[in-house]
Amino acid sequence: MRITAPTLMGLALLTAGCAADVQTGRSDQASGPARATATLTVWADDSRAKPLQDLAAAFERDRGVKVKIVQKGMGGLRDDFVSQAPTGQGPDMIVGPHDWLGKLVQNGVVAPIDLGATASRFPKIALDAMRYEGQTYGLPYSIESVALLRNMKLAPERPKTFDELVAAGGELVREGKATFPVGLPVDPKAGSPYHLYPLQTSFGSSVFDGGELAIDNPGGLKFAAYLRRLAEAKVISTSLSGEIATNAFREGRTPYLITGPWDAPALAKAGVPFAVEPVPPAGPEPARPFVGVQGFYVSAKSANPILANDFLLNYLATPEAQRALYAAGGRPPAMTSVREELRGDLVMTGFADATLAGEPAPNVPAMDAVWGDWGLSQLAVITGDGDPAKLTEGAADRIRAKIAN
Amino acid sequence: MAARTLSGAVVAKLAVLGVVDALAVYGLVALGGRRSWWLFAAMLVGTAAVNVIYLGSRRVPAKYLAPGVILLLVYQVYVVLYTGYAAFTNYGDGHNGTKQDAVAAILAASETRVPGATARPIRVVERDGELGFLVDGPGGARVGSAVRPLEPVAAPGGGVAGAGGWRTLPYGEIVARQAEITALRVPVPGEGNLRTSDAVTAALYRSTLRYDGRADTVTDPRTGVTYRDDGHGRFAAPGGAVLSPGWKVFVGFENFLTVLTDPSIRAPFLGVLVWTFAFAGLSVGLTFAIGLGLALVLGRPELRGLRVYRSLLVLPYAFPAFMAAILWQGLLNPDHGFVNAVLLGGGHLPWLTDPWLAKLSVLAVNVWIGFPYMFLICTGALQAIPPALTEAAQIDGASPWRVLREIKLPMLLASTTPVLVATFAFNFNNFNVIYMLTGGGPRDARSPVDVGSTDLLISLVYKLAFGGSARNYGLACAVSILIFAVIAAISLAGFRRARRLEAS
Repeated sequence: MRITAPTLMGLALLTAGCAADVQTGRSDQASGPARATATLTVWADDSRAKPLQDLAAAFERDRGVKVKIVQKGMGGLRDDFVSQAPTGQGPDMIVGPHDWLGKLVQNGVVAPIDLGATASRFPKIALDAMRYEGQTYGLPYSIESVALLRNMKLAPERPKTFDELVAAGGELVREGKATFPVGLPVDPKAGSPYHLYPLQTSFGSSVFDGGELAIDNPGGLKFAAYLRRLAEAKVISTSLSGEIATNAFREGRTPYLITGPWDAPALAKAGVPFAVEPVPPAGPEPARPFVGVQGFYVSAKSANPILANDFLLNYLATPEAQRALYAAGGRPPAMTSVREELRGDLVMTGFADATLAGEPAPNVPAMDAVWGDWGLSQLAVITGDGDPAKLTEGAADRIRAKIAN
Repeated sequence: MAARTLSGAVVAKLAVLGVVDALAVYGLVALGGRRSWWLFAAMLVGTAAVNVIYLGSRRVPAKYLAPGVILLLVYQVYVVLYTGYAAFTNYGDGHNGTKQDAVAAILAASETRVPGATARPIRVVERDGELGFLVDGPGGARVGSAVRPLEPVAAPGGGVAGAGGWRTLPYGEIVARQAEITALRVPVPGEGNLRTSDAVTAALYRSTLRYDGRADTVTDPRTGVTYRDDGHGRFAAPGGAVLSPGWKVFVGFENFLTVLTDPSIRAPFLGVLVWTFAFAGLSVGLTFAIGLGLALVLGRPELRGLRVYRSLLVLPYAFPAFMAAILWQGLLNPDHGFVNAVLLGGGHLPWLTDPWLAKLSVLAVNVWIGFPYMFLICTGALQAIPPALTEAAQIDGASPWRVLREIKLPMLLASTTPVLVATFAFNFNNFNVIYMLTGGGPRDARSPVDVGSTDLLISLVYKLAFGGSARNYGLACAVSILIFAVIAAISLAGFRRARRLEAS
């Protein structure tokens, strides 16, 4: 049989055409009355993609629509969303911490949601975190903050103040039972504003006070001097990174570790006998950590706003969902009833109690300008690169200039 | 075209072409559905060109060039054009999308639920294509749409389902018309607007801002303040207050002027430029020198355990570069890192936080990552030199050093120069090593400028685009274009000099 090239080409084009017909046929069906055909896309990082998969399966079964959970790295998720949502290529929903909110609203990529009666299932702190300029944008699912992890074998007593903790840790180091008095992680490039915040607030300094930057108020300067003393006493150093601190705690080389719930599952698995308590204060006031609230946001450009709200309110705002997300990620659930039923879980309770004293980290876009210079001044204070008060004031001035810009 | 018998190769070619065309048609349908007509046209022209080129028997050079040209267009020309376009816009945080999206976001954010208003159950109904809400209350059923305020409706016989000729939308249709339904605002006279987000309940909302499409203004009826388009992609009030978000607009040469006049960018530019050249030049020179030296040493077949040495040497190359950088960051930790704690016996050299040591560290790590590649290249190039040449020289009484200098090296350089140039260009933009190892730091804590002592131009651009309080892609693109101009000027001067040397 003789086949000519043009015939074959024609055949190929015909197949291509058929493929296209199938495609258009499907999109015609979507507007048809009989079935609901739509795909709800959710972006989540690896720690949440898995439990979401199961919740999505229930939604798919009940509503007959497809849910696609796309696993993305935490690092790029917010920025990819901000750049892709306006093009219509973004997802219908994302999951992330509340301090993204200012940036997301500033770029017009998230839609306000109405939690309605569902709101009463969550504590005020979680709802406050999800609000920006009077509107609610997210459904909270977990509330977290740093806490003090105490190795109960090395340090059986719960310290009341940070000085007490340092003394007890120092004693263990002198006895040769530990290498570091406390695992207080410092990022050698970025400093540690987040982990040190409970200590800073205990001196009466917060990041913003009534909208004004307050890291260099009298309390802030006292904190800087205290930080310098900690460094001189070799309690804290710029070489003690998060990884080194966590490893030291896991291997029993330090009695204390300041960290969040994300490290707890691995430490529990390693068999470290630890208790979770609020970070004790270093100054005269209570230590208030930054509280992070994780939640779900609906894209302003979602093509499926009803499905997204349906999934949000009827599938994610349920005790089952909050429990599943806790089981997978170890972050204390936001829903009040679920927190109550997990009271027997000492790690969860410890972290949940630690958040009670805290305040949500500001979700204003200006926070992006704060972290850099703030952390850098802490590094300089720790390495003794100048007068602590002057370094703190200088950083605050530069941050004010950046925010004003 | 004359019909001819098909060989297996032709069938394979046509099959591949068929797959390409099928994918193209799929892409065209998708692009048409999204109304991206520019991309649609580009794809159509490209597909037609591919078919013309490969179906004919002539145009042989085009057959070889086409795949490369297509990749060049997609991955280079498009990116360059887009960078050029973005450099003239205010694209960045707060200016992220279109004006239409910005207006929608502003209005959505200004809508608040009327205090005390509870959500009531509704049904989404439709009559002659017009969507509405049916609210079934104690006073009977009420129906309203975008143009018809909520008013009582008679429910003949069939109950509320068939009230006033309105038809309840089935779930499939609700899903298909989601955007329309959530955009629907049913006025309730004197109270606000009913809106729904789940098609099952609706609540009363009141908007604090109004958009006037004809005048292109946003007004706040409570205060009487009017916000106008200020030409910079924002709605601004006479007092200076602006509404968020804004949108993307052309700003002309504004970004370039900022680069040239803003001291926080102009000042570090020169210092970073010098370091970038030093880093790229030294990286190429050192990796080549080490690679060549090792290739010469390990090129002696009489050496024992040659394979083991060679595999060990290639190890850094087999390791992903950014992973190596992270690893080195740990090894160079001043107190607990391997280098200080073990190699230097408990020294405390601040490898990554002292400005000069940090420069040395990034260079050393980059050389560590890069020399195996040069070793492989040099080994290959040396083996390509005919042994007869060196043997002849040896018989003539040339010393090994002279053989290397006058025979091996010139031949080696002739074949490796393109690799060296490419490596220089790669290291000029070697973002990975800098970002992973030092993040561009250490930065002087007292400096107002957000640039550290190991920042390359590329990481400076990254900090402009992603650092600071607001992402500014437009500005970053403008700096990229300036960087390109600097490199192009220097390369041009270099080529001129090379040509003059050749001529003389």
